[in-house]
Amino acid sequence: MAKALRTPVGAFSAALLALVLALAVLAPILWHGNAFEVDTEAIGQGPSAAHWLGTDNLGRDVLFRVLVATRLSVLLAVLATAIGVVTGLVLGTLPSLLPRSAARLVTAAVNIAVAFPGLLLVLFFSVIFGVGTHGAVLAVGFALAPAFARLAQTLSASVAGQDFVSAARISGVGRIRLLVRHILPNIGEPLVVNATIGAGASLLTFSGLSFLGIGVQAPDYDWGRLLGEGLNGIYVNPAAALAPGAAVVLVGLAFNLAGETVAGVIGVRTGSRTSAPRPHIPAREEVAEDRDGALLVVENLQVAFPRPSGWTVPVRGVGFTVRAGEAIGVVGESGSGKSLTGLAVSRLVESPAVVTADRLEFAGKPVLTTPERELRGLLGTSLAMVFQDPMTSFNPTRRIGHQLAEVSEQHQGLPRAKALARAVDRLRAVRIPAAERRARQYPHEFSGGMRQRAMIGMGLMGDPRLIIADEPTTALDVTVQRQLLRLLARTRAERDTAIILISHDIAVVSQTCERMLVMYAGRIVEDLPSAATPRHPYTRALLAASLDLETDRDAPLVVIPGRPPEPDRVPDGCAFADRCPVVTDRCRREDPVLERVDATHRVACWHKGGAA
Amino acid sequence: MSDLVFDSVSVRYGGRRGLTAVDHVGLTVPAGQVVGLVGESGSGKSTLARAAVGLSPVSAGRVLLGGVDVRELPRRRPLQMVFQDPYSSLDPRMSVGESIAEAIPRGVLPGRGARRDEVARLLDLVNLDPDRAGHLPGGLSGGQRQRVALARALAGRPEVLIADEITSALDVSVQGAVLNLVRSLQRRLGLSMLFISHNLAVVRYLSDIVAVMYLGRIVEVGPAEQVLTEPQHPYTRDLLAAAPSAHTSLFDTGVDTATADTEPADPHHPPSGCRYRTRCPVGPLVRADRELCRQADPTEDAAHRRHSAACHFAENHSHQSVISRGASAS
Repeated sequence: MAKALRTPVGAFSAALLALVLALAVLAPILWHGNAFEVDTEAIGQGPSAAHWLGTDNLGRDVLFRVLVATRLSVLLAVLATAIGVVTGLVLGTLPSLLPRSAARLVTAAVNIAVAFPGLLLVLFFSVIFGVGTHGAVLAVGFALAPAFARLAQTLSASVAGQDFVSAARISGVGRIRLLVRHILPNIGEPLVVNATIGAGASLLTFSGLSFLGIGVQAPDYDWGRLLGEGLNGIYVNPAAALAPGAAVVLVGLAFNLAGETVAGVIGVRTGSRTSAPRPHIPAREEVAEDRDGALLVVENLQVAFPRPSGWTVPVRGVGFTVRAGEAIGVVGESGSGKSLTGLAVSRLVESPAVVTADRLEFAGKPVLTTPERELRGLLGTSLAMVFQDPMTSFNPTRRIGHQLAEVSEQHQGLPRAKALARAVDRLRAVRIPAAERRARQYPHEFSGGMRQRAMIGMGLMGDPRLIIADEPTTALDVTVQRQLLRLLARTRAERDTAIILISHDIAVVSQTCERMLVMYAGRIVEDLPSAATPRHPYTRALLAASLDLETDRDAPLVVIPGRPPEPDRVPDGCAFADRCPVVTDRCRREDPVLERVDATHRVACWHKGGAA
Repeated sequence: MSDLVFDSVSVRYGGRRGLTAVDHVGLTVPAGQVVGLVGESGSGKSTLARAAVGLSPVSAGRVLLGGVDVRELPRRRPLQMVFQDPYSSLDPRMSVGESIAEAIPRGVLPGRGARRDEVARLLDLVNLDPDRAGHLPGGLSGGQRQRVALARALAGRPEVLIADEITSALDVSVQGAVLNLVRSLQRRLGLSMLFISHNLAVVRYLSDIVAVMYLGRIVEVGPAEQVLTEPQHPYTRDLLAAAPSAHTSLFDTGVDTATADTEPADPHHPPSGCRYRTRCPVGPLVRADRELCRQADPTEDAAHRRHSAACHFAENHSHQSVISRGASAS
C-alpha cells in the first residue's frame, strides 16, 4: 500500500479522498449555521467578498451549502453502493449454494437484469420505492446490484473450478463453509476495487436523481439538488450551479482513482523499477572453441529483471555455440534459466527485463545491437520457435493455413495464393494428414500434437537455420512425443537446420541431441556430448534421479536433497554447493569456472567429478 | 480396508452430441494394493478418478467402496484425492495448517489442541517440519506443496487414495522424493491406491497392477510386471516403445510408416469397432484383411483374453479365447 501512495495517481487520489472524508465529517459541524442562515438582503447574488460563490434564492451562502452537502452526498452514495454490493454478492454467490435448477433461475434473473441500462433500473426502482431519500438509496443500490452479481458470479465460478475447492469438497466441507472460507476470500480483492469505482458511479447517479427531483427532498439537500437549484439562476450566478457540479466531478474522480490505485496494487505485483545499478557479472567460462562457421555464438549472456529491492539475474552468464545442423539440448529444472536463455537468443525477452551479452550473434549478425527492423527479416525467416503450450501458440480465430501463409507474405513478399500453397506444402512436410483440408481448419480443430507440428511447419515457411523448441512435448503423451521428436530430427537431417531443444527430461534430450548443456541456477554447469559420461555432480544426480523402465522397483528412488537457490539469493560460491555430495570449502567461497576438460566437454566444478 | 470397484462406469458430458469421456469402465483396486492407470491426455483417466470422488457425474454404472455405492456414503467419504497441480490445489489464503485441519473429519478430534497435534503429526508424516503449519502455501516449493496436499488427503483418514498425476508438475529431483514418500505411506498405512500418470516409468515403479486406458476404455489390465514385460494390447506395446530412454535412439523402435504419423482419434466421434484401429500397427491400417477390427468391438469379450486385452489379435491368446473365437482369430 505504501508503494501505491508513492505513485502520483495514488498520492493524489489518497489526498483527495482524505479531503472528501474530512469535509463529510467536519463541514456540517463547522458550518451548519452558515449554510442555513437566510439573508434576505442578498437574494440570488453573484460572488462577492461576503459570499464567495454568491447566494441562492433565499439568500443562503452557496459555498457553505456545497461544503455542508458533502456529508449527505457521500453518505448516500456509500450507502447505495453498500446495498448494491451486498445484494450483488448474495445474488452472485447464491448459485453455488442452491440446487442446480434454482441456481439456473437466479443466474438467468441476473443475466436479464444486467441487460437493462442502469439508469432505467434506477428510475424503475424509484417508482417502486417512492420518491424521496430512502427510495432513491434503495433504487441506486439495487440498480448497481446486477453488475456486481455478475462479477461475483464470474469470479466465484473461476475460483470454484480450482483444485483446492475440489479438494475441500472431497474432504466433506459443506457448501456454506466452502463459500465463506475458500471462495469469498479469493474474490475479495477485485470486488473491493469495483466497489470503490462503483461508489463514484452511484454518487453520479444519486446526484442525477436529486437533480431530477426524485432524490433528496427539501429541506435536506445534496449536490444534485443544489445543482438543480443553481441551474434556475445560472444566468444570474453561474457559480451556484458550477460549484456543486465540480464537487460531484471531484469526488467521483477521487473514488475512481482510488479504485484504480487499489487495482494497480493488486494486479501488478512485480513492482516498480529499481534504481540500483545492475550488477555486472564477469564471464566465468572458458570459451575458445572452434567457432568457424558457427551459426549461433553466445558469450556471457545475462538476463536481469528489476525488482524493488535490486536486480534479479535469472540467467547469469551463459555461453555456447551452435553450428549449422547441430542439435543441442538444454536441460535443467524449472527456474534454471533455460527457457529465458532460449527467449533471449531470439530476442523475445520483453522490457523491463534487460538482456546483455559480451557476444550474441546469429548467422553472423549481432542480435542485440542490430536495429529491430533489420533483424526482424532475418529472425522471421531463419529462426523458428516452438513453445510448450500448443493451445496458446496460434491465434484461435484464424485458420491455420492463413497463419502460416502470413509468414511468407510478411517476410518474403509472396502473394496470398502462393503463400497459401506454400503453407499447404509445409503442412505436408511436417506430415499432417490431409494437409489441404487441415489448412482450412481452425486451431481448436487440431489435436495438441498436430498443433505442435503446424508450429514447426510455420517455422519451415521461411528457410530456418535454427529451430528453438522450448519443452515442445511436455503437454503431449509419449507416442505423440516420439512423433514430434522424429519430425524435428528429420527436419534437421533434410535441411541442415540446427536445433536447440529445451527440456526438463534428460532422456528426451539425450535421445534427440548429440550435445547437451546442463543449466543450474542461471548458469551452464556442464556442456557435454550426450554419449559422454557426465562429470558434474549435478548432471550425475539428475541422471540418477530420472526414472525409466529399468529403474529398480524394490529400491527407493534417488533424490537430490534440498532445492535450487532463489534467483535473487544465489550464493557467492558454487550455486549447487548446498546440495552437492562432494562439496568442499572452496566451492562455498568461489564460483567454479566452466572449464574445458577435453575438446568437446566443459564442466563448471572445482572437482570435475573426480572426488566423487 | 476395502476394495474400490468401478462397475461399468460411464461419464458423459453434454447432450446428444456430447462426449463420453469414460465408457463402461470396469476396474478393481484391491484392498492395500496400488493400481496404476496409464493413458494419454484425454483418455479419460482423470475423469474416472474424479467420478469416484463425486467430481464428475456418473451417467451409468456404479462406483463401489467396500461393496457400498459411494453415492450412498456420508459426505466425508473414506476416499481422498491428491491433484496434479500443487499450485492450484492449496487455497492461497489459508495457512498450511488450516488447510489440513479442515480435512480432519469433525467429531473425530474435538478440541483445538487435539486438531493442532493431528496437523503436526500429519506434517511430520509427510516429512515436513510441523512448524510449517502457520505458513501460507505461497512460500513453499512445488514438492513441499504436494506433501501438504498429501497430508491433507491423509487427514481424511482415507481407505483409498487417488493420486492424479501428482508428480507431473514436479521437477525430476523432487519427483523421486514424493514417489518415495507415497510408496512408504501406502505401505505403512495399508492404503488402497489408484495412481494415475501418463508416465509409464512412474506407474511401473509404484504399482502392483497396471491398467492402460485409451479413449475412454481400459484396453489392458494385469499385474504390473506382466503387463510391462508381456504387453498384450498393441497400444501398451506402443507406449512402452515410445517411452523416452537415454539408452535407445529415437528411430530404434516401432518405425512403421503407415501408423507413425497418425493422429489420435476424435473422442467426439470414436471409431467403430476397435477404438485403436486408426493408429494400430497390427490393425486394418497395416493389414487389409483385418476387417474384424472395424466391425467388432474387442472390449465385449476382453475378459476372456489375457490381461483382459481389448484386442482381437492380442499377441498371446489364452487358451479360452482361441477356442471361443476360433476361425476369426486366424
